[in-house]
Parts: sequence; structure tokens; C-alpha cells
Amino acid sequence: MKDTVKKILAKAGPFLGLLVVVVLFSVPAETREFFLTYHNFKTIFTQTVIVAIGALGMTMIIVSGGIDLSVGSSIAFTSVIGAQLIQKGWGAAPTLFAMLLSGALIGLVNGAAIAALRLVPFIITLGALGVWRGSAKWLADNQTVNYDASPINGWMTTLDPQSYALPAGVWVSLVLAVFTSLLLRNTVFGRHVFALGSNEATARLCGIPTTRLKIGIYALAGAFFGLAGVFQLSRLRQGDPTVAVGLELDIIASVIIGGASLSGGVGTVLGSMIGALIMAVLRNGSQLMGWPTYFQEIIIGLVIIVAVLVDRLRQGKQA
Amino acid sequence: MSPSATPAALRLAGIQKSFGATRALRGVSLTIAPGEVHALIGENGAGKSTLMKVLSGAHAADAGTMELSGQPYAPTDPHDARLKGVAMIYQELNLALHLTAQENILLGAESARGGWIDRADSRTRARAALAQLGHESLDLDRPAGTFSIATQQIIEIARALLTKPRVLIMDEPTSSLTSADTERLFSAIDRLRAQGVSIIYISHFLEECRRIADRFTVLKDGETVGSGEMKEASLDHIVTLMTGREVKDLYPRTPHALGAVLLDVKEVASAPRLRRATLQVRAGEIFGLAGLIGAGRTDLLRTIFALDEVDAGEVVVVGSAAGASSPRARWAQGVGFLSENRKEEGLMLTQSIADNITLTKQEAFSRFGILNGGRQRETANRWIAELNVKCGGATQAIGQLSGGNQQKVAIARLLEHPARIFLLDEPTRGIDVGSKAQIYELIGRLAAAGKAVVVISSYLPEVLGLCDTIGVMCRGELAAVRPRAQWSEAEIMRVATGSNAAAAKAENE
Repeated sequence: MKDTVKKILAKAGPFLGLLVVVVLFSVPAETREFFLTYHNFKTIFTQTVIVAIGALGMTMIIVSGGIDLSVGSSIAFTSVIGAQLIQKGWGAAPTLFAMLLSGALIGLVNGAAIAALRLVPFIITLGALGVWRGSAKWLADNQTVNYDASPINGWMTTLDPQSYALPAGVWVSLVLAVFTSLLLRNTVFGRHVFALGSNEATARLCGIPTTRLKIGIYALAGAFFGLAGVFQLSRLRQGDPTVAVGLELDIIASVIIGGASLSGGVGTVLGSMIGALIMAVLRNGSQLMGWPTYFQEIIIGLVIIVAVLVDRLRQGKQA
Repeated sequence: MSPSATPAALRLAGIQKSFGATRALRGVSLTIAPGEVHALIGENGAGKSTLMKVLSGAHAADAGTMELSGQPYAPTDPHDARLKGVAMIYQELNLALHLTAQENILLGAESARGGWIDRADSRTRARAALAQLGHESLDLDRPAGTFSIATQQIIEIARALLTKPRVLIMDEPTSSLTSADTERLFSAIDRLRAQGVSIIYISHFLEECRRIADRFTVLKDGETVGSGEMKEASLDHIVTLMTGREVKDLYPRTPHALGAVLLDVKEVASAPRLRRATLQVRAGEIFGLAGLIGAGRTDLLRTIFALDEVDAGEVVVVGSAAGASSPRARWAQGVGFLSENRKEEGLMLTQSIADNITLTKQEAFSRFGILNGGRQRETANRWIAELNVKCGGATQAIGQLSGGNQQKVAIARLLEHPARIFLLDEPTRGIDVGSKAQIYELIGRLAAAGKAVVVISSYLPEVLGLCDTIGVMCRGELAAVRPRAQWSEAEIMRVATGSNAAAAKAENE
């Protein structure tokens, strides 16, 4: 009986965190009527899309015991590529495909470098952060890439802002979250990702092709980051090589708030999604409260620390 | 059945293997019948590990032949060996602790259709493997890390069984098990034997080999120096084969007299495991702590050393002012602690022998905060010579040494400090007979020099052979403390398992 309660508490942890921040902004008189409305939540969901899709890829990487610091650069790079392809007259579908592919290729290179050079992912992706940011600026000639119009522009908004429908990006995130969750929980690939993060030596001993697996994880996650780039492009309606600076930290924070362990082997898609929502609610609520951005940054920083601390206390009680 | 009718499960002949100039294997021959438990015995450095690596496909032999059930056998890597029917259980457990028992058993051999896990089939296969070991009731959905070491080992053996091995190699499987857990492991081995699985059983515990094995082979300096039926061989004979040392020399009795009380532990308790312990250790006394794993022996030692908090009672280091205690303060009072967890806690594996030995008193080796590396090395070299540590020099990283030599360095730290109270947690775990004998001798010398020594050991002959006084712990309490003469193996087990609790109660009333 007691164990069941604990189990539920452990599972519900991130949910409780989300509930706390939602209640926090629902109480003050100055935000109540604006915050707790369907349309505000539609905005929050839309604002979560890019971080959420990034967090899906990052969850796989972190569970496998890795890290990717180059996500922001990767998003900027793919969005520049996308904008240039649209300029050249490419349609939405081929552009989307090309952006996913370039994201996956960046991940493939990262993964291959980590596996082949036997360097820690932190170093490789820290280097990649600079390489792809610079490449994006080079490719875009250090300015924004503008284009006339593309169907992609409509993926992060609804035609009628007052409509109750959610934009395509939100639905894509939801479908991908279900997909990634099934992938991690119900496939051999997913089990191997956990095994790799939990004990790499054991994984190798059991005949799991760890090198190929690592490259695969980074490449697949890279495709997710490419998709995040697609929605970044859709939101800005231009390719901006300076966009998404530091976004990797928001993405990593979402995954960690969601209960994943930076040392690998632990993490859930649901947790990461809740983590991404918590981040978005905090930003949205802070804006409604009229708090300056530096104040938001401080709060989000503290929330990350508190979330991990609470998580550790919870697990300590479990043991 | 005549021997020619059934081919041997495994036959090795003239196996040789060199690494550079080092000839690790000079000609090993070994024959194992189906369903035979074969003890492979030898000191560290005798070539057992290299032989196992050749067998499990991690190394290729330079010369010699291997046959598995009459067929030539030449594995390309451990995975290939596993597929061909030779599985290995390493001394250090290899589990993904976050994954469930079932996931660990099936790791690398998942039941899947087109990449999707087949849950029903997974369960059936994991259950079947556990049933082979007599552990079908194990909770398959619990994370592996939440099980005891003994159960984790069962999980690992179950994983090895999944590929239906003909030969199962077990390297020091009981090195971290209690006597009761060892019995459970033996009954699992008996089941496998009855199913026709051949087992190569490597252990430093000769009594164990004697109990479980049908036949044995002794390796020395990379060569087979003897083999035969276990029943017909005496322990003395085997030890002599291994070392050229008589068995009665194993626990040397250095004369030592008991002096004043140095360590006084009064009714001490520390959550969650240590409930109550009272003991006194005198100068020149070797005090043994026996008990099952989890009985609180390590917790008691950690509490004495102030690594764990004292919740009740008192630890008095006689001759030192009481006060705030911390491991740092204990070192200053002349108390030294040797962790049972050599690799994770006791030593800095990537650091040099010199740094490891001088870690507790680096101030003494420095001036204005700048370390004098020359003096550190000088000191280290002195201990290397004194304790006969086999190494490439004081600057060698300690992770490159064998277990026995690592342990000698770990003890050298206490000697160098210098401590007058030695807290030694499983000082001989996982090291070879030769190193063990040296460590016993060292402990005897410490006592003769008037030091107080507390030794935890799960190996009862060792406790009885070495200690003056023996305390037995049971479920967090130090249940009984008596002079060695009043203990036997059976009596220690009776107290350790709590089977005399009722009797003691009746006595008190």
C-alpha cells in the first residue's frame, strides 16, 4: 500500500511541479484572468514546441549517458538551410526532408566523432556548438535569409488567432512524443539505449554494438533537432543564423527537470515533456507578471536546481 | 559410458600465450567432461585470467588446440564464444543497474519481432533461465540495482544461461557472498551440473572448490602443474602445488600480548543498519568481526571511523580528547580505515602508488603547500620493498596492479600514517593465497608491535585462524564477543544467523 503511494508519487513528481507553477501564476490578481485561459495555454503549447521536440532527441541522448551541447547551433544551421532552399523555390515537403536530413547528418558526425575519437560527448558537442554556429553564419553570409512565402510559415500558427484549434507544430510534438516513448520503452533499440547509459561495459559485454548504437542515437536525435529547426523557421519566417543561442540549455534543463539523470540510464519522455512545459509556463507567467527577462532567467535557473534536488530527495525516500 | 563415447565438453592442449616478452601461458592442458564442475586453481599471476580470456575469446592463443564437444573451437570475440556455447561470469558483476531483472537477463538477446519487444516471450525466457537455477520466483520487474549482490549474481548467471552454454566459466563467484548465499549459489550450480552444463569454477577459497568441484587443475607460472579428482586430493597437496607453501603456515601466530584498551565503543548505533554494538579493543589485540553481509559489520566500522554519524552511544579513542569527530579527526587520532571497496572507495585508481600511500598526510610531504614528489616516491619505494609490492615503480598508476598488490598499497597508507588502531574491512577479499599469507603475517606483526586491529571477514577459517577475539554481528547488533577459543565455525554461523537469539533469551530469564 505504502509502496504504491510512493510509486505514484515518484511517477507524478514532474506533474506536481507543473501544477505548482500553474497555481503560482493563477493566484495573483494581476495575472489570473489572463493566465488561466484556453488561449493563453494555446500560446504556451505553441511556445513549447521547439524545446519539446529538442527535448525528445535530448532524452534519448541523456538516457544513453551522453549530452549534446550543439542543439542551438544545429537548429540555427538547419533553419538557414531551409530558408535558402525555399528561396531557391523548393516546396515545403522537400525542404522539410532536407532539414531533417541535415540535422541527422550533424548528429551522425557528432556521434561518429564521439565513438571514433573516444572523446567525451561534452567536448565533441561543445566543439560542434562553435562549428555549426559559425557554419550557419558563413552559409547565410552573416545576415538573415529572407524569403517571400512558404506553407511552412503556417505550421506554428492558426489562420484565425481566436480559433480553438491548435497549430500543426503542437500536434507534431504530441505524435512524436508518443513515438519516442514507444521507441524507448518497447523496442530493442530503446532497451539498448538504457543499457548503454546504465552500464556501457555491460552493454558491450552482452554483444550490443555500442559504437553503432551511439552513432544511431545522435543521428536520430539530430533529425529531431532538424525538425526543431523547421519549427524555428516557421516561427521566425526567416532563416536567422543567430537564433536559438543557448537553447540547448533550456532543452537539457527540460529533460533533467523531467527526472532524467545526467549520468545516464534514467529518464522518460513524459517527464521531459512536462519539463518543457514547466519551462514554458514559467516564461509565459513571468511575462504576464511583467517581470523583466533577467528575473525570469534567475527563476528558471533556481527551478532547475530545486527540481533536481526534489528528485533526489524523492528517490532517497524510495530506497 | 566409456570416455571415448562422449567427447569431452572442453579439451585444451598446449595452450600458449605471450604478451611481448611476458609468457603468460606456457602450455596449459585441461579436459572437462559434460556436467563436470572443474576447479581452476592458482595464485594471481599463475595465468588463470589469461586462460579465461583465451577461452572466452578476448585473446587468441599463440599455440595449442581447443576443442568444444569434439569440434575445433576458436572464438573471435566474447560474443562469438557465447554463441558457440562458452559463457563467462566475471568476478565484478556486469549488470545495468537501472534496468529490470528481466531486461538484464535478456540484454543483447531480446525477444523481439521487427525490433519491437515481445513482452510475453521475454517473460517466458527469463523465467525459464531463472527456473534452471531454482529462482523462478524472483521479481522480474524490479530494477537490478535494488537486489542484493547474491541475487544480482543469479541474474547474471541466468543471462549466461540464455544462450544454452555447454561450458560456463565462473570467476571468483563467491568473493562477495556470505556463507548462506554461497550455499544458494552451490545449489544453483548443482542444478546446472545435473543438466549437463560443464562449469569451470575459479576461486581462491580452496574449501569451496573442494565442496563443489568434481575435479581440479592447478596452474602455476602459466603451466598446468597438477590435476585430478577433488575427492582424492588433500588441501595441503593443492596448496603445495600452488605455492610450495605448507597450509599450516597460512595463519602465522606471531606472539603478541594484550595491553591497555585503545578503542572503546559503547552502545553505539547509526541509522539505518547499525542498531547496537559495544566492544573494546586492546593494544596488541586482533579483533575479528564476523556476520552475514548486511548484518552491519561495515556500518560499525564506518561509524567508528566517523564516516557514518553516531546516532546513539559513544566511540572513544583512548588517549584523545573527545569532541567533534570526522574521518580527518580520526586520522589525527591515529585511527586508520581500510575500505572493503578497494576500487571505488579505497584507492584512487588513476593516481600513482606514491600519491595513494601518502594521501592522508600530504601536508607532511609538502612545504608551503608544494608537494615534494621526491620524498613521496622515496617513502613509497620503502613500502614497496617492505611489503613486496609487485609493480613498475612508485609512479605507476595503482589501477594497473593486481588486486593483491593494490591491497598491499592500501594497507601501506595506514602503516605510513602511522595508525595505532587499524580498522580493516575484508582485507583479503579477492586476492591470491600468496598475498593473503603476507597480509596475515603483516596483521600479526602489527599486533606484536602493540597496535589494535579490527578485521572484518566473511571467510570463517580466516577469522578463526587470525583473531584473538571474535565478535559476531546479527541484524545490526553485535550479538556476542568472546575469545577465539570459545568459537567454532558452526557456532559463529549459529549466532550470525540469529538461530541462538531465542536460546540466549531463555538463558537470561
